[in-house]
Amino acid sequence: METAPKPGKDVPPKKDKLQTKRKKPRRYWEEETVPTTAGASPGPPRNKKNRELRPQRPKNAHILKKSRISKKPQVPKKPREWKNPESQRGLSGAQDPFPGPAPVPVEVVQKFCRIDKSRKLPHSKAKTRSRLEVAEAEEEETSIKAARSELLLAEEPGFLEGEDGEDTAKICQADIVEAVDIASAAKHFDLNLRQFGPYRLNYSRTGRHLAFGGRRGHVAALDWVTKKLMCEINVMEVVRDIRFLHSEALLAVAQNRWLHIYDNQGIELHCIRRCDRVTRLEFLPFHFLLATASETGFLTYLDVSVGKIVAALNARAGRLDVMSQNPYNAVIHLGHSNGTVSLWSPAMKEPLAKILCHRGGVRAVAVDSTGTYMATSGLDHQLKIFDLRGTYQPLSTRTLPHGAGHLAFSQRGLLVAGMGDIVNIWAGQGKASPPSLEQPYLTHRLSGPVHGLQFCPFEDVLGVGHTGGITSMLVPGAGEPNFDGLESNPYRSRKQRQEWEVKALLEKVPAELICLDPRALAEVDVISLEQGKKEQIERLGYDPQAKAPFQPKPKQKGRSSTASLVKRKRKVMDEEHRDKVRQSLQQQHHKEAKAKPTGARPSALDRFVR
Amino acid sequence: PPGPTRGLLCPRRVNSSTEGARTGHSHYVTPAESAMEGSDCTAKEPPLANVCRQNYGAAQDPVEPAVPRSASHVTGSSLGKAEVACGRRWRKTAGNIKCELLRRIILISVPRNYDPALHPFEVPREYVRALNATKLERVFAKPFLASLDGHRDGVNCLAKHPKNLATVLSGACDGEVRIWNLTQRNCIRTIQAHEGFVRGICTRFCGTSFFTVGDDKTVKQWKMDGPGYGDEEEPLHTILGKTVYTGIDHHWKEAVFATCGQQVDIWDEQRTNPICSMTWGFDSISSVKFNPIETFLLGSCASDRNIVLYDMRQATPLKKVILGMRTNTICWNPMEAFIFTAANEDYNLYTFDMRALDTPVMVHMDHVSAVLDVDYSPTGKEFVSASFDKSIRIFPVDKSRSREVYHTKRMQHVICVKWTSDSKYIMCGSDEMNIRLWKANASEKLGVLTSREKAAKDYNQKLKEKFQHYPHIKRIARHRHLPKSIYSQIQEQRIMKEARRRKEVNRIKHSKPGSVPIVSEKKKHVVAVVK
Repeated sequence: METAPKPGKDVPPKKDKLQTKRKKPRRYWEEETVPTTAGASPGPPRNKKNRELRPQRPKNAHILKKSRISKKPQVPKKPREWKNPESQRGLSGAQDPFPGPAPVPVEVVQKFCRIDKSRKLPHSKAKTRSRLEVAEAEEEETSIKAARSELLLAEEPGFLEGEDGEDTAKICQADIVEAVDIASAAKHFDLNLRQFGPYRLNYSRTGRHLAFGGRRGHVAALDWVTKKLMCEINVMEVVRDIRFLHSEALLAVAQNRWLHIYDNQGIELHCIRRCDRVTRLEFLPFHFLLATASETGFLTYLDVSVGKIVAALNARAGRLDVMSQNPYNAVIHLGHSNGTVSLWSPAMKEPLAKILCHRGGVRAVAVDSTGTYMATSGLDHQLKIFDLRGTYQPLSTRTLPHGAGHLAFSQRGLLVAGMGDIVNIWAGQGKASPPSLEQPYLTHRLSGPVHGLQFCPFEDVLGVGHTGGITSMLVPGAGEPNFDGLESNPYRSRKQRQEWEVKALLEKVPAELICLDPRALAEVDVISLEQGKKEQIERLGYDPQAKAPFQPKPKQKGRSSTASLVKRKRKVMDEEHRDKVRQSLQQQHHKEAKAKPTGARPSALDRFVR
Repeated sequence: PPGPTRGLLCPRRVNSSTEGARTGHSHYVTPAESAMEGSDCTAKEPPLANVCRQNYGAAQDPVEPAVPRSASHVTGSSLGKAEVACGRRWRKTAGNIKCELLRRIILISVPRNYDPALHPFEVPREYVRALNATKLERVFAKPFLASLDGHRDGVNCLAKHPKNLATVLSGACDGEVRIWNLTQRNCIRTIQAHEGFVRGICTRFCGTSFFTVGDDKTVKQWKMDGPGYGDEEEPLHTILGKTVYTGIDHHWKEAVFATCGQQVDIWDEQRTNPICSMTWGFDSISSVKFNPIETFLLGSCASDRNIVLYDMRQATPLKKVILGMRTNTICWNPMEAFIFTAANEDYNLYTFDMRALDTPVMVHMDHVSAVLDVDYSPTGKEFVSASFDKSIRIFPVDKSRSREVYHTKRMQHVICVKWTSDSKYIMCGSDEMNIRLWKANASEKLGVLTSREKAAKDYNQKLKEKFQHYPHIKRIARHRHLPKSIYSQIQEQRIMKEARRRKEVNRIKHSKPGSVPIVSEKKKHVVAVVK
């Protein structure tokens, strides 16, 4: 915000004031004949953000034409108003320098749009259609409003720039620590814990707390920002994985034999013997499910709010030790030794999908926070990024010298891979684009082989667990800068946490609702709709919604003879028949057009055919 | 090696000033320590043997002394809403790189970000919220407010005060009229108005007086205020008629009222003879109602199964519709001038558009006995009906099924029902001498709501609306406990209806296509329309 007046600009108007005082007082909205008035910027001070939001007119008009926002009166009206500002003058003669509502960028509006207008409801009645239109218009309005509220987001993400386009991968942590302020520099630290072997770690959902467990039994949890230790124990058993449950007060630890749950004092609350020989843990926070993958090949879902096993699924693929969750739809991704990744939901006994990713076993899987991209690495030393939006095709592939053993995505879409004792981070172009695997964004060498990786939510920090302990790295631009206080608030108080806990428990999503598309619940169940209609026709003996056959209206002045009635009836019938034929022909064309490219010999020019 | 109980991270704090002590003892740096030292220890000093060697790649010689930091920074402050991550935003170049980590200055306790990516599972969570809201609505559904007792015979008619929400008038089968105060829930005045039934009662539009008709063939006008001390209760006017009057209604704007009996009479308040009387057929007319919007229009229903519409400005009736069974009362929609609803003996209610009487706009079915009275909500969106089956039901105007049913163990046949003018309450008078007061929205919280309560209520209402068609939610929202008599009647009638329908389908199936006309449910009940 540059609200402070600059001295350079202030001086000339003062000089001018004396001259103009004798004449007529001039207001800033009037025509600028005096050159000095141009210096004083009209209207409120514009900051950088403000300028961004004001769309460039020609480019935006083009986008608007395509999008359905063009129907909205507010946005497209603007250019017209700018052309003739004379019409905007009010009683006082004052003119609004920024007439009309503030413009909103189309991309931001798109982000908030929930209704897919391209999909039409089959056989909907006029009444239904009109109601849908009303709902759509309402939805559009709310998305514009939501897009406007983006202006209120105060924080901006971190960034890292090298000297004159210098490769950022060459910048080491020490330089970053040197460059940032002292509070951020304090987020970089090393815990030198060589004794209890490679560490797995987990940040709590708010990103405030860190739990880690060493292979040889060392389990600790701390508030890593203030560095306040919550608990530290040695469980005297192999620790395979560790995970916070919904809040930082509960901690699940996969130990040699069984799954144990500790509280933040380190007191053992439960020993869950039905989950044995667990290798990996994942917690689904909105479903309160703890997913465990075991050596015995079972994927078990434990409902931690009631303590019941919701589902125990046999993956039938041997030992499971590669698991990750899709945070967008709570589907569990399991990597198998035959190179496939299978997608699981507790509602189904069979996998929702199986993706063949690698030749050789899958070593690591990670899914980004929007659920769009999946990164996998395999024994074939390849790192692949898959598109999860229905196609499951690899978007980019890269062969790494040693292959990545651990993968993780950050909130803003950065991908980290742990290869031996080196950590590589790749970044994409924007938030929604996949990370480009050509150039790493950052690299870092640790004092031992990596054993666990996680980006800290809402912070530009990457936690790495390795044989030498824990390293907290600074990764500028990794975390989401603007958190939602009601969803997960890193600065919440004890009271706020309690409130949130009750609310979260009240709206626990049932496990049966986990499926590939979490918005599927909001869509019209067309199949059962058609089925119901069929049943109704059967029950009634006729179709109540069928169109009545055309009956010509009687006309006056002798024009209602039988012949003319028949003629009119015929005309309508013929028209209907023609329509039907036309439709069926069109369908045939479509089918042929679809079938052609596969049947005919592919040509190089085919790619231009639409 | 340290035992299991001995913490590695436990505060074995070393004084950072005594360098030698640290090198001597600790095998690690506690996080607090490393935080305290920050980057200084790595940048300035040669790496200690105990500190994990951070492989920065760069030479770790001291490049320059530590740059002066902003003094306002706070590290490791407690979790409060005034958490300040750092002082000012400032950027510094070191080694010619530009770098900034995200830092927050939290000014409000709960900052919001509506980005959908931060709110996953939007639909399932909303669904669960809607389910909870629906359950809570059922939990809090306690519609019964009060029972006003005092009548010594069944309550036959009710009237609202046009100006005062708290005042209600009721007429009983023993000729007694009582005026009630709803806020105090007591009777404020009792009048022995007629001998025999009080057949009808209506208030004047200004609220100063009211009219009653009774079995004693009289029409009486009464003052709304009681008589002075020592005065006797006496009507302002009494009109002696030749026949029994069965109903009365007052014009909404003028000093004109209408009675019904053998014929529909329209009276001027000042005269003892009707301005005009209208008949169509020879049957006793059970009720007459003025249209509240098109105030010259009247509707009446008679025991020869018809509903007749009149225009006061004409000498003859407009038109009539004959239904399958007798209509007990009609009520005009206060918002839509053309629409009225008829309470029929065949357990149904029919909403008609008076411009097209041949098909009712909607047939409302749910009662299991004759419907005796109907009254519209002032919003015109819903109406309440009273039935002989000892229940009252609330119907939306555009739905054929009721959204609510009210009953109590003690409530007998409900004879009259009224929706109060603030659209919040419903009153019903029944056979067993009581007037009952109900909430129009069963789960509504009475009294003043705080803004947060209001916001939560609105949000829940919208959610319930959005997910109302989902089977789980629909089942919960629709479930009502019914007395056994009504429940078994519903089952029985369902069987009967099913049998009739089956027979009809069979008839259509086994006859020549097109020879048996398909009559829709709406048209089935209308016998004829006469103009």
